[in-house]
Amino acid sequence: MSTQPKSWKEIPLGGACWISSTEYKTGDWRSYKPVWNTEKCTRCIFCHIYCPEGAIKHDPETNKMVFDYGFCKGCGICANECPADAIEMVLEGKE
Amino acid sequence: MAKVEQKIVPLNGDTAVAYAVKQCDVDVVAAYPITPQTIIVEKFSEYVADGEVDTAFVCVESEHTAMTCCITASATGARTFTATASAGLALMHEMLGVASGCRTPVVMSVVNRALSAPINIHCDHSDAMCERDIGWLQLYAENSQEAYDSIIQAFRIAENLDVMLPTMVGLDGFVLSHTLENVSVLPDEAVRKFVGTRQVPMVMNHEGKLVPFKLDSENPLTIGPLDLYDYYFEHKRQQEESMHKALDVIKKVHDEYAKQSGRSYGNGLVEAYRLDDAEIAAICIGSTAGTVKTVVDELRENGVKAGLLRIRAFRPLPVEDIVSNLSGKKAVAVMDRACSFGGNGGPLFHEIRHAVYDLPDRPKLVNYIYGLGGRDTPPYLIDGIYKELQKIAETGEIEKTVQFIGLRE
Repeated sequence: MSTQPKSWKEIPLGGACWISSTEYKTGDWRSYKPVWNTEKCTRCIFCHIYCPEGAIKHDPETNKMVFDYGFCKGCGICANECPADAIEMVLEGKE
Repeated sequence: MAKVEQKIVPLNGDTAVAYAVKQCDVDVVAAYPITPQTIIVEKFSEYVADGEVDTAFVCVESEHTAMTCCITASATGARTFTATASAGLALMHEMLGVASGCRTPVVMSVVNRALSAPINIHCDHSDAMCERDIGWLQLYAENSQEAYDSIIQAFRIAENLDVMLPTMVGLDGFVLSHTLENVSVLPDEAVRKFVGTRQVPMVMNHEGKLVPFKLDSENPLTIGPLDLYDYYFEHKRQQEESMHKALDVIKKVHDEYAKQSGRSYGNGLVEAYRLDDAEIAAICIGSTAGTVKTVVDELRENGVKAGLLRIRAFRPLPVEDIVSNLSGKKAVAVMDRACSFGGNGGPLFHEIRHAVYDLPDRPKLVNYIYGLGGRDTPPYLIDGIYKELQKIAETGEIEKTVQFIGLRE
């Protein structure tokens, strides 16, 4: 949260959002982190398609897969689906 | 506002509710049409088919979906209604909490009927009592006339900006729902004027813009997403606050309606019957109050100072009214048409006992579980309750706190 927590008297009712969900980082839920191997990767972008969080993008300028660790929850779907075995799930802090 | 001219129509509880909904300018009705559904939505679907209303009627595949549909429709700012009973209400359980948490003021009639098993379709209050803590307002009618009146009031109460909570109106299964009664109905215009157009409050959206609290593509807003430990507690506290404010709103709406209809039900929250100078009293919810009143009248003729307190609003619980009405009474019997298994008494008993705890002169309280699964509760059984209350009042001794009446021992 980027703002001071509000009291129950200050917030809108019914859970109406006064902050965009892009400001609510969920990356710290992760215990395993996907680590990308640029050599093995064929840029098929399966990982981008399968990621349920929309946290993986292909950057056409650099031709790299970019992982947004602010939102990656470490579900491992990308690593599971990668046909080139180019994503390894590594325990946080051990990479 | 002066009293308006009304006509008397023969209606049962179901058709009385359908008639009220027809007059309330409802935008969306979503309902599951098969058992345990009652005639309420069947009758209302006829109004839709005959072009008597311009309501969108959504026939869904389960009560869970019916409630989901009502919540989402209501979240767009639409006036929304559904009806259910018994197992149908139980199947809605998950979504009932979503309705109250998202602050969607859906109005729902609940024909109070027993829950399985063994299978039973008849009257008791087990279905609605299971939903006591789900965040809905609960009003209970004594007769079909009151069911009609309460539905109209319920839209005004639920949609009040200080409340913004879903509201259920309970009517006893078969005793009211399937029994013909002369019901006075207001003219369509009077009801439309009374309920008015649904308003929504303004809230801050994620762009920092003040927008109406509704799902609207012109003014994007997210309602009720992931909350966790960050704000869930704060949102629940808001619900509690609105429940508290609803006490006043129920009374005001009831009084305003009474001026037009000429009909009132106590102060809208509780109805005290010959209670002022009573020494002993019964407390109950729903149609049984009619039988109890007859017994009270007979006892009064014989010089017994008996009275009745009928709880019309169970949620929010009108604690102050319960306390003021029971202060000074010698013995009080709480009648529960539901059993809280293993809970030492029925749900209403727990609530009443809790309400009077701080009274220095609190009465002796006993509990009677009655009428489960539609078991008849004739006047002689209620007379027996008052006889026992007289004994307790004289001796100050309670033999048994929780008892079952109308049960074969």
